[in-house]
Amino acid sequence: MIASLLDPIAPVLLIPLVAAGVLMLVPSYRLGARINIAASLLALLAALSLFATGPSTGQLLLVDELNIVFIALNNFIGFTTAVFSASYIAHEVETDRLTPRLLRFYHAMFQALLCTMNLALVANNIGLMWVAVELATLTTIMLVGIYATEQALEAAWKYFILGSVGIALALFGTILIYVAARPVIGEGLDAMAWTVLITRAQNFDPRLLNLAFVFLLLGYGTKAGLTPVHAWLPDAHAEGPTPISAVLSGLLLNVALYAILRFKMLVAANQNAWAPGTLMITMGLSSLVFAAFMLYRRRDIKRLFAYSSIEHMGIATFAFGLGGPLANFGGLLHMTMHSLTKSAIFFAVGHVAQAKGTQRIAEIRGLTVTHPVLGWGLVLGVVAIAGLPPLGLFMSEFLIISTTFAREPWLAVPLVGGLLIALGALILRLGEIAFGEPEGPSVPVHASYVPLFAHMALVLVAGIYLPRPMVAWFEHVAGLLG
Amino acid sequence: MAAPNLQLDIAHMLAGGLVLASFLLLYQNRIFALLKVFALHSLLLSVAVAWQADIQGAPHLYITAGIAVVLKVLIIPGALYQMVKRLGIHREVETVVGIGPTMLAGMGLVALSIVLMLRVTETADTLAREDLAFALAVILLGLLTMVTRRNAISQVIAFMSIENGLILAATGARGMPLVVEISVAFSVLVALIVIGIFLFRIRERFDTVDMQALDRFSGERT
Repeated sequence: MIASLLDPIAPVLLIPLVAAGVLMLVPSYRLGARINIAASLLALLAALSLFATGPSTGQLLLVDELNIVFIALNNFIGFTTAVFSASYIAHEVETDRLTPRLLRFYHAMFQALLCTMNLALVANNIGLMWVAVELATLTTIMLVGIYATEQALEAAWKYFILGSVGIALALFGTILIYVAARPVIGEGLDAMAWTVLITRAQNFDPRLLNLAFVFLLLGYGTKAGLTPVHAWLPDAHAEGPTPISAVLSGLLLNVALYAILRFKMLVAANQNAWAPGTLMITMGLSSLVFAAFMLYRRRDIKRLFAYSSIEHMGIATFAFGLGGPLANFGGLLHMTMHSLTKSAIFFAVGHVAQAKGTQRIAEIRGLTVTHPVLGWGLVLGVVAIAGLPPLGLFMSEFLIISTTFAREPWLAVPLVGGLLIALGALILRLGEIAFGEPEGPSVPVHASYVPLFAHMALVLVAGIYLPRPMVAWFEHVAGLLG
Repeated sequence: MAAPNLQLDIAHMLAGGLVLASFLLLYQNRIFALLKVFALHSLLLSVAVAWQADIQGAPHLYITAGIAVVLKVLIIPGALYQMVKRLGIHREVETVVGIGPTMLAGMGLVALSIVLMLRVTETADTLAREDLAFALAVILLGLLTMVTRRNAISQVIAFMSIENGLILAATGARGMPLVVEISVAFSVLVALIVIGIFLFRIRERFDTVDMQALDRFSGERT
């Protein structure tokens, strides 16, 4: 027990856990917001220190090349979202949408969510990972419903029903993996540990692995918002507090996709099993094309960007399904860039909705005139998310498209088509929101622009120049993914 | 200690009983009856889990069985019973599809899961094999129940029956670690959701059941 407390991985779990407990007891929401920021910063530092200590493998916890960057990303966006959240909730309290008592709960749940997501990422055990994803679902359900309006409760309910069906399917898949592993590895924890499973996977029963992967893809795919099991995602994004939308889009979807990736590696390690890629390509492309069309009909600004998240998760899933070093590289870069960009967009959208007092796109006009900094921040974010150069998502999409053309030209047709359709929708909406005559009431907001522009600066830099060590890391992991 | 064959037969009988109870849930259109059948479902599960604990020599599974009895046979059905009575929605629960087609679909799903699992798990041991087939049947029937209901309480019950199927699968996989932890995580989820229904009384989900009750009820809220 003492040894596990000294484990270098432990702080990324313990800091948010302790913070969640403390925040439950802090009555002042201002102090709570500060503790929230401080704890997230500490967790970020702990996550960064993992780069120094390097890979380590325990019986339950694991840090390797694949998850280390997700852990860093998770805690970085957790920290910036905590900063954003502090200015966001101050406005919510002023307008009486949230009470200090609810905010105590909100802050505690925020840290609990970070803790469970970190646990899902560092788990070296498919069962533990499942428990972590389940608990993350639970905390987000409660956060989505926190406004307790009829729409928020309906969204939380829908999320609960679909999310729990998803995690139920994922658990069945997890059990099937164990059943496949047991005859080869024997009973006990080893038969559920990633590090052991991956080395012995070639001896598993391929049919069991196939079946397990179908359940796992559908199950964790629900959490990743892949079509046709995405229906919870837009409502949950639209009705919950905006910091939670940012964390959902930027982090939780990534965690789910990370789980799928791990299982994909496992199935790919068995030569007799189906190639898992085909299923992922199908789900990825259908998510992309479906979401691209849905973007045109959105009337709610948060729903608009929620559908855009489905689209981008589709692109990343497609890339990993295609496989190969280049496509995997593109997929990993895409996940990272999407997380940064989409959370930045939600930071902007949160303040926009507060400034305008509405989320209806039709009532938001001329933002760059009334709120120049916020408006242009949003413009920058939308330009990035639409995949225009020179920002980071252009680079990852370019990589994915070019490798698709080289290997499976036919698949490039729906891929490029979907991207262009989505681009059209986003530019159309952006024109309405950002430019033109300002309309309707608008109040000044005390926004914190630092998180927004910090994310956008990173995305811009990544689009122009990726540092050598990062490229080397991405290439290395892309090779591991097969 | 019974003979190995008898042990397996009893295990299979209990798992099969769970599938039958799932069928009962599928066509039950009165909410009190639904609650009672669910209590039976959970009772069967806990007996099945306790039996597995005995024949596998895995005492930690008794904890899982105990949790199932306390929480899902007694507390949750009891709490929901009280709530249904207070809300006055104990009349018929509407279903989206008729009973006939639903039952046929249910039989199809059971056939599917048995064919699928038995074909896929030839290498696994007999106990896990048939348990997994029954468990998948319970899960699929639970999903079917969920999509044919509109009422929040019936949906929660359907979800808990899915959960029962999963716990059956997890205990059938001999020596699987973390089963207790998983069942605890599930119970926390369900318990909080039930509390959530209590606190917020997700209203629009009740409106298709009894509009008058809803109106009275919303009068109380304000």
